[in-house]
Amino acid sequence: MKKIKTKTIIWLIIAVVIYAVLFYLDATGKLSRQFSRLLIPVGINIMLAVSLNLTVGFLGELTLGHAGFMSVGAYSGCMFTVFMDLPVYIEFPLALLIGGLVAAIFGVIIGVPALRLKGDYLAIVTLAFGEIIKSVIINMDITGGSAGLKGIEKTTNFTVMFVAVLVTIIVIANLINSRHGRAICAIRDNVIAAEAVGINVVYYKLLAFVVAAFFAGVAGVLYGHNLGILKPATFDFNKSIEILVIVVLGGMGSITGSVVAAIIITVLPEVLRGLDDYRMLIYAVVLIAMMLINSNPRISAFRKRIESKFNLKKNMKEAE
Amino acid sequence: MALLEVKNLGISFGGLRAVDDFNLTMDNGQLYGLIGPNGAGKTTAFNLLTGVYKPTDGSFMFDGKEMSGKSPIDINKAGIARTFQNIRLFSDMSVLDNVKVGLHNRETYGLASGILRLPSFFKQEKEMYDMGMELLKVFDLDKEANFKSSNLPYGKQRKLEIARALATNPKLLLLDEPAAGMNPNETAELMDTIALIRNKFNISILLIEHDMNLVMGICERIVVLEYGKIIANGTADEVKSNPRVIAAYLGE
Amino acid sequence: MVIIEQFINGLNLGSIYALMALGYTMVYGIAKMLNFAHGDIIMVGAYTISVATTNLGLSPILSVLLSMLVCTVLGVVIEKVAYKPLRMASPLTVLITAIGVSYLLQSVALLIFGSKSQRVASVINVAPVTIGGITLTGESIVTLGVTIVIMILLVLFINKTKVGKAMLAVSEDRGAAELMGINVNNTISLTFAIGSFLAAVAGALFVSSYGFVDPYTGALPGIKAFVAAVLGGIGSVPGAMLGGILLGIIESLSKAYISTQLSDAIVFGVLILVLLFKPSGLLGKQRVTKV
Repeated sequence: MKKIKTKTIIWLIIAVVIYAVLFYLDATGKLSRQFSRLLIPVGINIMLAVSLNLTVGFLGELTLGHAGFMSVGAYSGCMFTVFMDLPVYIEFPLALLIGGLVAAIFGVIIGVPALRLKGDYLAIVTLAFGEIIKSVIINMDITGGSAGLKGIEKTTNFTVMFVAVLVTIIVIANLINSRHGRAICAIRDNVIAAEAVGINVVYYKLLAFVVAAFFAGVAGVLYGHNLGILKPATFDFNKSIEILVIVVLGGMGSITGSVVAAIIITVLPEVLRGLDDYRMLIYAVVLIAMMLINSNPRISAFRKRIESKFNLKKNMKEAE
Repeated sequence: MALLEVKNLGISFGGLRAVDDFNLTMDNGQLYGLIGPNGAGKTTAFNLLTGVYKPTDGSFMFDGKEMSGKSPIDINKAGIARTFQNIRLFSDMSVLDNVKVGLHNRETYGLASGILRLPSFFKQEKEMYDMGMELLKVFDLDKEANFKSSNLPYGKQRKLEIARALATNPKLLLLDEPAAGMNPNETAELMDTIALIRNKFNISILLIEHDMNLVMGICERIVVLEYGKIIANGTADEVKSNPRVIAAYLGE
Repeated sequence: MVIIEQFINGLNLGSIYALMALGYTMVYGIAKMLNFAHGDIIMVGAYTISVATTNLGLSPILSVLLSMLVCTVLGVVIEKVAYKPLRMASPLTVLITAIGVSYLLQSVALLIFGSKSQRVASVINVAPVTIGGITLTGESIVTLGVTIVIMILLVLFINKTKVGKAMLAVSEDRGAAELMGINVNNTISLTFAIGSFLAAVAGALFVSSYGFVDPYTGALPGIKAFVAAVLGGIGSVPGAMLGGILLGIIESLSKAYISTQLSDAIVFGVLILVLLFKPSGLLGKQRVTKV
């Protein structure tokens, strides 16, 4: 238990250092314009990937509607700041909360029926949900329709983004490393066994859904307040796939992996100009290659050997 | 009052009568064996007692409460735990975490406490660690606590499943072919372990097994199923000399 | 009159969905996977026809035959390269791979042909027929005819031939079928071949009715065809037909009488309702997991 505390402190120090370095580079203009423009999109993608990892990596259910949750959050949070006239330090935090909560409510609405389904059916239903949301937003007047919601104040700055990312990671990592998180992983590994040891499968599936939706919603609000405009077409199936690619590349069930992959996937197309044309192709190759590599019997045998050795050492150390 | 009282329990799948008129009474601390030819309905009986299947007829009381038709979750909470014929571990989780999932309902800290790392989180996680390691020691699995459970050898996976079931603090443990795939030495060792856990945790055990040495060696009473019906219920010697049992196993 | 015309439009669209749904339902029944890339095979078929007629100057019939060949081979290759190594993998892994394949086909098409949609001339040259003031286009007549013929042939093939029975056996219990001497890998490859062949037919009918193709042509119709397969009951051949036709009619009528933009939302709404209240579909059967 002491170990957990030390670990937490180390991670917090690392986070503060990263923040300080990035903030210094950004503020003093040492970071090229191109990169400093990317800081917020990177942060948003980290939030989206880490939260999607909760359902795909830890709960083991593929949802293809993460962009849908993002859009619901984005629109409700941004409409709040557009139509309300409150001081920004009250309005903006409230907008983030509203975006998250509305997305979470949609998480329940889509989660309750979707819980009765599994695997491919769930994936298709979440995809359908994302498309329905998009159509509805396009057909509403209050959202600005397909032209988009304009005039959103650009309130999202680096500090806000950093804190949001940090909160997302801490909440999801702590959730996973608690008895509740273990219950979620147990459902992924074997639903029948999980029920047999008294795990409330419905509750924990819904919990994972709702938490993931909440953070996707908050990320959406931050996105809107970064760009100043929301267009329904942004939140299509391709956005959901992009987040999935990040999760898959980083490793399903690895939060650190999601963070690193989010940085790579966001920054790479900017560094390598002309890569944008090949973006879809790269996504496709990442998805297929990662799955084939992970399922290759030789590679998994190799991994098993490494794991056993590593665990033995770890155990011996603990025994000493 | 009996711990488990099964009355005329039965289930049909379409036209097939998988379990019919199943009656059984068990008291605290008893160790029963459930045997029968393949397809006799033994695992189906377990599935009925653990809520995986809902019975079409009859009912059963556990610890004084009506349990038939309840969900697997409620039945486990009431105090019936089980293992599976085809091992069902949480394969991507560590050995210790498997047992900790079993301990899930014995601790109470809430979601907020887990996320915000409040004192109750640390206190109860420490308890879970201690209880988990203690259980693993009983099954000689403590050295593998950090192994991924799917990396364990077969025999140890079976033991881990029993440890996980015990972690839920059951009053009745249902073991579905605990010695399947084990060699004679491992089986002998398992017999000792089963006898040990019954005394140590003061629980009742009902086990399905094909290894007659194991069943005859440790079970106080043996229930024999054939075609979903109980054809004998008695001590090892009674069952061994029962003509119907002999006929069921050897043919007429 | 309008409603009858919309109804015929729905039948036309529904027939194309039905042909695609057959591919989904057969692959789902036999390989137990959602072949997300199935819709994109239709796009490949449509592009093949476009290239064959405009660039190669082939006759419509030869173009369609070429397209069938390309799609069938493509389907088998995809199965061998991407899906076969995953027979033992979790459904999640297979589904993600299938999404990857779908994306791959779209992105390759995007790189070759660009994102602008291309006009494709109809390969069907049948005169329209007018009955009692209602005009049936040649495309509609051929689409309906072809779909009905294929349906009948497919049902006969599955139930009457040895290979068809092997497919049924594999869909019931892969392990047992293997023990009975059925070559499971070949059976699955054959399923993909048939599914992709049907996709080529659907692609030809689709471009003939709608006259254009772009890299995303197959994506949305593909998902809708899967909805149709689920609606009819996954694994059921007549179910795919029924589901496809129903979905086509629902879509046409909601486009005409509710809203063009909301028609997709309505189609997906149908899916959600079906899965909630009758997850096994209209003609499907319920399965129980064994413990």
